[in-house]
Amino acid sequence: MAREATSPVSPSRAATARGGGQAASGHARPGHWRGRRARGWLYVLPALAVYLGFAIWPAITTLRLSLLTWDGILPPVWAGLDNYVKIFRDSALYEAILHSLVLIVFFSVIPIAAGLLMTALLMGKVRRGMTFFRIVFFLPQVLPLVAVGITWRWLYSESGVVNQFLDAVGLGSITRAWLGDYGLALVALGLIGTWVMSGLCMMLFLAGAQKIDPSLYEAATLDGAGAYRQFLHVTLPGVRKEITVAGVITTIAALASFDLVFVTTNGGPAGQTNVPGLLVYRLAFNEGDIGGASALAVVLTVIVIAVVAAVRYFTRDDAS
Amino acid sequence: MRKRGGVSFRYGVLVVLTAMVLVPFAGIILAALHPPGAQLDGLSIPERWSWETFALAWERGNFTALMRSSVLIAVFVVPLSVALATLAGYGLEVLKVWGHRTLSFGFVLGLTLPIEVIVVALYFNLREVGLTNSYAGIILAEAALFMPFGVYWMQTHFSNVPGELVEAARIDGARDLVVLVRVLLPVSWPAITTLSVLYFMWSWNQFMLVLVMMQDPDRRTAPGGLGLFVGQYTTDIPLLAAACLIVIAPIVVVYLLFQRSFVNGITQGAIKG
Repeated sequence: MAREATSPVSPSRAATARGGGQAASGHARPGHWRGRRARGWLYVLPALAVYLGFAIWPAITTLRLSLLTWDGILPPVWAGLDNYVKIFRDSALYEAILHSLVLIVFFSVIPIAAGLLMTALLMGKVRRGMTFFRIVFFLPQVLPLVAVGITWRWLYSESGVVNQFLDAVGLGSITRAWLGDYGLALVALGLIGTWVMSGLCMMLFLAGAQKIDPSLYEAATLDGAGAYRQFLHVTLPGVRKEITVAGVITTIAALASFDLVFVTTNGGPAGQTNVPGLLVYRLAFNEGDIGGASALAVVLTVIVIAVVAAVRYFTRDDAS
Repeated sequence: MRKRGGVSFRYGVLVVLTAMVLVPFAGIILAALHPPGAQLDGLSIPERWSWETFALAWERGNFTALMRSSVLIAVFVVPLSVALATLAGYGLEVLKVWGHRTLSFGFVLGLTLPIEVIVVALYFNLREVGLTNSYAGIILAEAALFMPFGVYWMQTHFSNVPGELVEAARIDGARDLVVLVRVLLPVSWPAITTLSVLYFMWSWNQFMLVLVMMQDPDRRTAPGGLGLFVGQYTTDIPLLAAACLIVIAPIVVVYLLFQRSFVNGITQGAIKG
């Protein structure tokens, strides 16, 4: 709410003005206004048609396909909920879902924690050169994940930069081909996500913290609050909205990940980095199990919506 | 004295983080400067800088065709999506068409739909009407995928335009389209630029959709081709590194030119709502 007051044109003011104008013109020419609202549909229609035809209709079709057994060629057979039951029976499928939940730790939890830490450290203290740092920290966010994945595949390889660094600091004994390691491949994959997402979180929070009213800090100092308590009671509530946004963007990226996994591990070793996106692709377009792929896609969507709702719930504004 | 030390420490942390972001780039740039097929050991300076790796990667990866597809798709997706999102945002936020609340909610809902739930059925839907393996199918699908954000972005922008501006034009008897073109568009270029830049980035980087919809290898996009290139030349690190740099170069250039728009788009896009 505090944010709105600082924006150049307060939305509430704009809304009142428009509402008032609307009532006035409605008074003067009711028929004209109604015609306007009807003709306004012409403006919405093209976007709506494309959105319904190429996003919503396919999503509904996927829901329908998830209830069928179909190889994409022969006539489909009704399967009821069999495809869903299979997800919970087939260990490869539910493990893929568990892996995507683990990725949330690396794509969301660690970047958000790191971002908050950096905000506490830098807030208001560092001004010079921020444009440069901002350009650098946002950079991973704009790159195609396919290229990011190929780069990290090499960094993580036996003779890659990661092992070179570990050797240099005397940890030569733990070097390995990280993405081929049965126990650590998922962690290594997750850390690529950490690399991509941390800058985004940090810059989001710093931008949010800049808008906090400085008098709040002065008041906190007068009350004898130290740096830690100031962060907890002033900064953290001040960037609540940014935390929600970062949480939503990064958890969707974690749950729906595909590009990165496709080019780095392709699910290996031995299925340890399978994620739902990869299996949806493989089931539908390599193994001809359209029903199974659709059911997994639907379950993934439900999980995404549930997690997004949870993030919004836990970071909600208690005051409203 | 202690305060100065604190500032140095903070810049120290920033420099370390900058290094962590940039080292992978330094790595692939150095790798790409090695001759094709060279065995690399971590970060290493090539004995002799060889630019022919780029030429070879360009040729082997068929990047002339891939770049043409990527550009062609982006050139259609960006204006189409921006135009449709602007019109819809205007209809929903300024004209407040009948059912505008429900419709806005319907568009926003699309932000949480993962591409996986769309792409499977989309392939079979488009196969029925002969739009797989075609640019038109990919262009329309991308426009649909990006529509929720665009409509939301333009609505947010229009809600911040002073209502008096629109009302004044209306009292003068201006028609809806004239209000949009003469009154709202002139104050909307920053928002539209940002949206265009984000759309270009998403279109350029789109991978799964292209992988599924486009079977013809010559008409895949640059990232789509790169995803398959990596399967063919797994061990030739200089060649792969050069191919990566070829694919990311255009988007990095656009990012550096429009970095303010990117940052505004990514940070403000979601927060205003």
